Amino acid sequence: MIEGILIGLETALSFKNLMMVMIGCFAGTIIGMLPGLGPMTAIALMIPITYGFDPSTGLILMAGVYYGAVFGGSTSSILINAPGVPGTVATSFDGYPMAQQGKAGKALAIAAYSSFAGGTISAIFLLIAAPSLSLVSLSFRSPDYFGLMILGLTAVAAFSSKGNFLKAMMMVVLGLMLASVGQDTLSDIPRFTFDNMNLSDGISFVLVVMATFAMSEALTIIFKANDPTKAAKQISLSQLGSIKLDKDETKKMVTTIPRSSLLGFIIGVLPGAGATIASFLAYGMERNFVNDEEKQKFGKGSVNGIAAPETANNAACSGSFVPLLTLGIPGSGTTAVMLGALLGFGIQPGPRLYQTNPEIFWSVIMSMYIGMVVLLILNLPLIPYIARVLATPRTFLIPLILFFSLTGVYLMSFNNFDIYMMIGIAVVATILRLYDFPMPPLILAFVLGGLMEENLRRSLLISDGSWSFMWDRPLTIVIMLTIIFILGWQIYKSFFKKKL
Amino acid sequence: MKISPSKLISLLFFVFSGYYLYTAYQIQVFAFDENAPFNAKTFPIYLGFVGLVFSSLYIILPEANPTNVDLKVLDYRKTIGLVILMILYGLTILRAGYFLSTSIFLVASYIILGERKWIWIFILSFPFVAIFMYLLHGLLNIYLRDPFLKYIGIMG
Repeated sequence: MIEGILIGLETALSFKNLMMVMIGCFAGTIIGMLPGLGPMTAIALMIPITYGFDPSTGLILMAGVYYGAVFGGSTSSILINAPGVPGTVATSFDGYPMAQQGKAGKALAIAAYSSFAGGTISAIFLLIAAPSLSLVSLSFRSPDYFGLMILGLTAVAAFSSKGNFLKAMMMVVLGLMLASVGQDTLSDIPRFTFDNMNLSDGISFVLVVMATFAMSEALTIIFKANDPTKAAKQISLSQLGSIKLDKDETKKMVTTIPRSSLLGFIIGVLPGAGATIASFLAYGMERNFVNDEEKQKFGKGSVNGIAAPETANNAACSGSFVPLLTLGIPGSGTTAVMLGALLGFGIQPGPRLYQTNPEIFWSVIMSMYIGMVVLLILNLPLIPYIARVLATPRTFLIPLILFFSLTGVYLMSFNNFDIYMMIGIAVVATILRLYDFPMPPLILAFVLGGLMEENLRRSLLISDGSWSFMWDRPLTIVIMLTIIFILGWQIYKSFFKKKL
Repeated sequence: MKISPSKLISLLFFVFSGYYLYTAYQIQVFAFDENAPFNAKTFPIYLGFVGLVFSSLYIILPEANPTNVDLKVLDYRKTIGLVILMILYGLTILRAGYFLSTSIFLVASYIILGERKWIWIFILSFPFVAIFMYLLHGLLNIYLRDPFLKYIGIMG
């Protein structure tokens, strides 16, 4: 492991990769800060650029963007009470009241230190857990992988559906259907191509991500006549107050950070749960841990109330890399985008990645840590300046997002068919978003579609066409029973139990 | 009888799944693969059925949390304007080239969204695209075909 860490450090600390972490963190902070544009959009916009790099550099850039976007999301939560990403909603409960008391700088500093600590502790957990899990996952067989993929999709649908589970499951099916377009991987038989040469290679992953996230988010902002930058114009971004913390505040953070890190990491590892659930759970848990006097401060600018969700959401980000790096199965929409990018580089993440491409495996883990340092020493002092991006008029912001999306797809193929297809998918996605049909399950399904079919093919061929592979092994039975439980419970909850 | 928009979308998805399933059955597989446990159309056929099941469940079961959208507050004019502009961009990019079509696309979209600061409109279109092209071309070695710039002798 020490050798691996050294390889990772050597790769991550090369001048080019260090620059990429910095650029990634910076770009991610700016994009993540804009309400409505989360880490998925930020990473999606970066993918076309990363194809010119080697896999390690590309992945390091994307990891930087991911952390930057999460950090940027907390900045807009604290400053304008408009969380850039769902994972930072809980931060606004105490961050915004603290900012209103004239202590915005302090709130941002608590968020930054907590993010740093949460990310660092969870990067250590990842360092320990990932290689061990890689070894365990070598014993997994095709039916287990097939089951795990269905479990991941069902869990993501359950957590991202906001009570509309069947809508999320329809999006899962739509994502798998889109993934089935193009030549069959084994027989090369064209499927759903309608004799169109442009479809014979299938639909590009970048196209689908750009259309369903960057482009449709931009169109949704215009369609709903939202102005994400409106609130920023009403506050003074140059007078944020001191970023120094006193002894008492530091003491409070020291007790909060370890427990929130552990909780965040565990939640992050679970498929579908991710940063949002981790931050809410950590906020709730912290409220139960503190004394009655401190409990009264929750919702009014509590230090613990900012530190807990911020630590947990960053720890969950690291945790979500565990299933991606060890099983090759992403547990969230964001890691699904990263898996898609990895596949684009010709790399198949999974238990063997640890052995076949140790420089990628370890450099990603190391760059996470470096990313945290960059966020702390570079982004925190620059926040008053970076925050000015919040005041960018949407009349410029939206066309620029559309420009980056269109250019990103054009650079992939240099034909206009992809542009038309992207516009079509984006328009459909905008209408679907309007009626709460979630997009992350669609992306996850699109990325996993090929792998799922491959594992089902192997399972059915091994069992000679019998579906008994689903209950042949105890592990597969457990996975299948979990899926049945989630499906049954979610359908019941969606339709027979009114939301409280 | 009034049907909610979400149920209408589910109904459309039901029809789409039916069409997908029909097309999946039409996939021509090799003769020796026809009776194999798994061939090119097996997975799509399962997907078609699953799509039918989920969409019909949504149509049949009562909605506990229906999504209400006030259609009157939506900005159709600007959204449709941007979509048309993107289609026009797709139509012109190969003929007029990247630089001209992208710059004009940006100018037109700023104007459609109501921007009237002409200096910024100019800066964030022609010079911005030129710098972006230079970065792609000069730093990342990504060649962008541009008949217009070639015609005026700027690009090879």
